[in-house]
Amino acid sequence: MRRLALLVLVSGLFAPAVVWAVIETYQFSSPDLEARYHTLSQELRCPKCQNQNIADSNAPIARDLRVVLYEQLETGASDEEILAYMVARYGEFVRYRPGVDRNTLFLWAAPALLLVAGAGLVVRQARRGGKRAEPLSATEQEEISRLLREQNG
Amino acid sequence: MIPELGHVALIIAFCLAVGLALIPMWGSMRRDVTAMNLAPTLAVAVALFVAVAFALLAVSFLQDDFTVAVVAANSNSLLPPIFKFSALWGNHEGSLLLWVLILSGWMTAVALFSRGLPLLMVARVLSVMGMIAVGFLAFSLLTSNPFERLLPNTPLDGNDLNPLLQDPGLIIHPPLLYMGYVGLSVPFAFAIAALLGGRLDASWARWSRPWTNVAWGFLSLGIMLGSWWAYYELGWGGWWFWDPVENASFMPWLMGAALVHSLAVTEKRGVFRSWTVLLAIFAFSLSLLGTFLVRSGVLTSVHAFAADPERGLFILIFLALVVGGSLLLYALRAPAVASRVVYSAVSRESLLMANNLVFTVATVVVLLGTLFPLVMDAFSLGKYSVGPPYFNAVFVPLMALVMPFMTVGPLSRWRDDTAARWLHELLVPGIAIVAIAVSLGFLGKEGFNLWIALAVLLAGWVALGVVKDAWRRLANPGGSLRWRSLTPSFMGMAVAHIGFAGVVLGAVVVTQQNVERDLRMAVGDQQELGGYRFEMLSVGQQAGPNYLADQAVFAVTRDGQPVATLIPEKRRYFASGQIMTEAAIDASIWRDLYIALGEPIGEDAWAVRLQYKPMVRWLWLGALMIGLGALLTVADRRYRTQVQRRDAPVVGVAGVAP
Amino acid sequence: MRLKRFAPLLGFVLLAGLLYKGLSIDPTALPAARVGQPFPSFTQLELTSGREITEQSLSPGPALVNVWATWCYSCRLEHPYLLALAARGVPIFGLNYKDDSVKAREWLLQLGDPYRLNVADEQGLVGLDLGVYGAPETYVIGADGHIKHRHVGILDEGVFDRDFVKYFPDMGVSGSVGAAAGDS
Repeated sequence: MRRLALLVLVSGLFAPAVVWAVIETYQFSSPDLEARYHTLSQELRCPKCQNQNIADSNAPIARDLRVVLYEQLETGASDEEILAYMVARYGEFVRYRPGVDRNTLFLWAAPALLLVAGAGLVVRQARRGGKRAEPLSATEQEEISRLLREQNG
Repeated sequence: MIPELGHVALIIAFCLAVGLALIPMWGSMRRDVTAMNLAPTLAVAVALFVAVAFALLAVSFLQDDFTVAVVAANSNSLLPPIFKFSALWGNHEGSLLLWVLILSGWMTAVALFSRGLPLLMVARVLSVMGMIAVGFLAFSLLTSNPFERLLPNTPLDGNDLNPLLQDPGLIIHPPLLYMGYVGLSVPFAFAIAALLGGRLDASWARWSRPWTNVAWGFLSLGIMLGSWWAYYELGWGGWWFWDPVENASFMPWLMGAALVHSLAVTEKRGVFRSWTVLLAIFAFSLSLLGTFLVRSGVLTSVHAFAADPERGLFILIFLALVVGGSLLLYALRAPAVASRVVYSAVSRESLLMANNLVFTVATVVVLLGTLFPLVMDAFSLGKYSVGPPYFNAVFVPLMALVMPFMTVGPLSRWRDDTAARWLHELLVPGIAIVAIAVSLGFLGKEGFNLWIALAVLLAGWVALGVVKDAWRRLANPGGSLRWRSLTPSFMGMAVAHIGFAGVVLGAVVVTQQNVERDLRMAVGDQQELGGYRFEMLSVGQQAGPNYLADQAVFAVTRDGQPVATLIPEKRRYFASGQIMTEAAIDASIWRDLYIALGEPIGEDAWAVRLQYKPMVRWLWLGALMIGLGALLTVADRRYRTQVQRRDAPVVGVAGVAP
Repeated sequence: MRLKRFAPLLGFVLLAGLLYKGLSIDPTALPAARVGQPFPSFTQLELTSGREITEQSLSPGPALVNVWATWCYSCRLEHPYLLALAARGVPIFGLNYKDDSVKAREWLLQLGDPYRLNVADEQGLVGLDLGVYGAPETYVIGADGHIKHRHVGILDEGVFDRDFVKYFPDMGVSGSVGAAAGDS
């Protein structure tokens, strides 16, 4: 596997390192658990791979983590417990959905902040130019009708 | 001999590009007509020699010349000829040559189609593009020479093209994507030329608009193909992964979306000039940034890069010169006086500004998410991952936010409008769409689905805005319909907006209603999924030209009626020993049935993934419409007669195509 | 007013600085989450003796815990250097990770045994608790039983001198070790 990955690494620019689908046939005791398994396995990052979640990775460690995930779900662990378990062992790195902490606060707040700041600028801009537009002068009116005639004619 | 000739051609192209970068620019400063007149000739000459180099590399690939390093690393004698050809750009060196080829193609196009433009403008634009060409040709020659030989230890056969790239989608995906990426250099060059000349007016906007639309259209098509390819070729049915490499192409697209609309305002009304010029610089800068991210290895991506810090440093220096230089120019030369043109807060200008704002914020957010792990790492604050859950959480609301603006935008008037008029136009059909959305929300199996209802609502509104606008153009008090008022530029907008609505609908429905099961199946087993019955009929082996495949044959029926026979494969490629899942898909407009073959389990059973994907085609059809719509706009009459027309912006005329 | 126009340039300069810094960062390097924590508790069999051992058995520190397996090609390359280190008195404990114990014992008989003892982690459970994601990996545990450092990949003289030697103050200069490793 390592050698294969290396081969791909040197040979291709666009080439994902993993090329065959991970298909496993876990039997879940409830559809709810199966749905949570799908969600969590897609939100957990494989520590060994290039940018891949554990659901899609063929790496041995990803397979191990899927087993752990499956077993923990079946023993009734909550999503938070499972994430805490993974983070304790592999660090914040394994979470594709970074938890909110001092470092990530800006990451999560940025979209709203940017939008509000940008909206403020836009409104100010519109206000500045925004004294009610004056009615058109007679010559302007004429120009418009001429242009419209041209357009339609 | 052939590779050496190619190398020489590339060196000549480099020298000509240096000439193009310097002589017309010098001429534009000295008002030397002869020097400026050289620009189109030099541009075509650069293109010619790059094309020769490209053709000679292609010959090396087709002739299996394994003494050439890139051929040996990326091709194989067993490879079908068409893939030998496309293997040329399935690697760093070759794809860079393709990049330069396309850049010089754009230069040639500008040289040919800009005869009516002032010589000063043409000279500056081509010169700026020449500078970009110098950078990339130097990059190719100095760090990534595609003609490098493997002597004397020449391999007997090549290492093979990565099986993932042995696919028709990958023959055209990179060229299309690069057409878009590189095409953004044209509006960039126009912006720089306008800044240099100190004339940022409506004519500048009108000149660069068709180029921007075409480049952005190609970028849309390229991204669409990439997504489609990932869907069927990677074998797991996803269509967007928010991988850094995908984001690298998506950021210029988002910025380009803002630019396309901002140029419309600047052309029509002469406002937002500084902002538009900045967007033009940003859009191409993000293309260059994407190149850096993809080829330097500073980020980890599932798409393995030819990662090389030395190459990274080269691009970074180039990036710093191009982007830093143009932003400095902007700081010094951007129009100091705000435009005199006034518009009210309720007007098409304001709506387009809001659209600009959302797309810009979306770009910044994608950039932030993409670079956040790098920032944390650079300041030793820990290792973080930012993935699809983050991007979806922040990106989806932004797109939802932009759609109401898209609804009202086409109907609104320039300069001054009233909310009451908008209500009058939209209230009744708008409410009808609310009713449709709510009832469609109940169609799913698990009761009311808010997401689907919202998507139908927003997409329906967008379509409504377009239809209303079309009707207003067509309707004639005299009775007959005014077909001629549906100009290409209106049709392009309409097609692209409806395409966008289609993408949103497809994305939401397939995300919400997708059914996926991983199962153990043996010959004779049957499974029910999404109302379809899948029966595994047989398993066998099949030899391809350069691989051996395990095949399973499935019969799909619905209510006893045959629907399709699907044959998923698992291939082992001889040269590399790589194993690849080849999914089988029965596609239709309302749903895809998707089967992928996993590992054998025990004696005769296989792990199988069955998927039912409703409306997934809408994603790509919608994106196709966006791209084609953008391309359609250039057919507009006014771009062909651009110089004869007066430069003064048309004031306050409702109903003129945006 | 005009200063505002320099904002995009300023933003870009910051970005370029970040990207430049990024060129010297390895994005795949992943620090161990367990560094600074006690070695995770476990109860497993010892590979050769078959007796039950726990995390208490990995003492006294400072010592190395080397994660290895017979399926791991790099481990074979690393092995001579471990023997040399052991010969110099560096205590090394083995974590035989997701391996077949019979094959592992053969390996030690054939290639020599640098380990004080070996945790037979056939299921990879200890490895999982430790945050192991492949082999070989080498950890330093201190005298207090806490994890001090992790190295992913082959441990050789250069790596040892750079990152490990500070945890073993009694070791002298390890120059001769490399030569010994080369001989074996």
